[in-house]
Amino acid sequence: MSMIFGVPLAVLSGQLLIGVINGAFYALLSLGLAVIFGLLKIINFAHGAMYMLGAMVTVIMFDVMGVNYWVALFMAPLLVGAVGVLIEYFLLRRIAGQDHIYSLLLTFGIALLMQGVLTNIYGVSGMRYSMPDLFKGGINLGFMFLPYYRAWVIGIALVVCFGTWFMIEKTKLGAYLRAGTEDAQLMQGFGINVPLLISLTYGFGVALAAFAGVLAAPIYSVTPVMGSHILITVFAVVVIGGMGSIGGAIITGILMGVVEGLTKTFYPPASSAVIFLVMVVVLMFRPAGLFGKEA
Amino acid sequence: MSQTQQKEYEQLRVSGLHSFYGESHILHGIDLVVNRGELVTLLGRNGAGRSTTLKSIMNMVGRRTGSIMINGEETMSCAPHHIARLGVGYCPEHRGIFSALSVQENLTLPPVVRSGGMSLEEIYTMFPNLYERRFSQGTKLSGGEQQMLALARILRTGANMLLLDEITEGLAPVIVEKLGHVLTKLKEKGLTIVLVEQNFHFAATLADRHYVVEHGQIVEEISANELSAKQSVLDGYLGV
Repeated sequence: MSMIFGVPLAVLSGQLLIGVINGAFYALLSLGLAVIFGLLKIINFAHGAMYMLGAMVTVIMFDVMGVNYWVALFMAPLLVGAVGVLIEYFLLRRIAGQDHIYSLLLTFGIALLMQGVLTNIYGVSGMRYSMPDLFKGGINLGFMFLPYYRAWVIGIALVVCFGTWFMIEKTKLGAYLRAGTEDAQLMQGFGINVPLLISLTYGFGVALAAFAGVLAAPIYSVTPVMGSHILITVFAVVVIGGMGSIGGAIITGILMGVVEGLTKTFYPPASSAVIFLVMVVVLMFRPAGLFGKEA
Repeated sequence: MSQTQQKEYEQLRVSGLHSFYGESHILHGIDLVVNRGELVTLLGRNGAGRSTTLKSIMNMVGRRTGSIMINGEETMSCAPHHIARLGVGYCPEHRGIFSALSVQENLTLPPVVRSGGMSLEEIYTMFPNLYERRFSQGTKLSGGEQQMLALARILRTGANMLLLDEITEGLAPVIVEKLGHVLTKLKEKGLTIVLVEQNFHFAATLADRHYVVEHGQIVEEISANELSAKQSVLDGYLGV
């Protein structure tokens, strides 16, 4: 078997694949955080909980009503997005313009609340969700085995990320979002319904998290605490990419997944710390992040 | 007859307006009236409350009391985006060009609020520089071009009352002259314009009436034909 730097190719490519998969989740999640931060200027600590909610809703809808994966792929983000709009309208709006710490505490509280309630009902042992039959099995690429579902996750995550990027950078609606990021008050002075735009943006951001949650349901353990585990890493990714940079969030997400995968191959003990190490180095040399604009 | 009625139409009436930023009380009872088709300036020293008056009309200050009628409609409880839809175009002092948007995106950003606005072609004819640089980043333009953009942006929307804050500030004389031509054209089109202006010579040639603002109040109203008679009073207020 061929070896690369003393590591079998199959092991290396296997870890790389896992890295890209994790990176796809990081990208989807940090993208939503970046979109929300851009317009609302809040650090959404409830983001992990929304991801968890997306996965939980998928499992629960299947168990209770037999709703299949494909329907869940649309329904869960829609439901969670609606929850997000309500949270924005009834809670976040009231502290808009206050110091960051208030929205941080509020969203953190919302996350704990959701996590607590669902833990009370479902426990933390993990719920089983079986993969759609279509994705069972995989393909042998010669140097590695690629499960179909993993390929699907990477593909669809890229499509959604690119679609979001396109929407924000190339459309009129995106122009509203970009302009609102700079001066929301003036936008409203032009006759744009900024409060509505803000509600929808928050809803869209958390819907992205929920979408990631649905994708995660068949391959990760679905528990009420799954969001809090991934969230800290995702925050590190956002900081590395540059707060509020859309393209930066996507590229950094995938890149950090790969970095993590490579570390797991060559020096496993450092794999859970490597992203934070990168963050420290990036902050030392580019305080605004790799893709952020220097203030 | 109908022409006179048109002239008498009260597009803006501000009465007893007080505005606050947090604890600071900025406007202390502003009263002013602007008729349709008029060009009215707000003169005064820096910090007198002229910009705040425009912002208050847009509901962009912390707190306001009093009354602001636009086209006969009370707007004190209106959200800013509703005020724009009454046909008000606002050009802020800092110009507010968005750096994340191209020139053309900046230009087409404000939604059309009334029919009868200028088309993109008309705007590009009026401001050929903007056409040449339509794909540049908005903030890469020169100061004069950015001012043209900030002004052009609200002409597309069909707004028939423009609130313009210090549009000549820091610009070269040739650009100021160009802006003067543009304002004259807009006046000919029948637009109502409220101009906050530091450059008195620019304002004097264009305006129908002047209000002098001091300490958050209107202290003097001077019509264009009284200007020479009241020049010394005005100089006293403006400190020139």
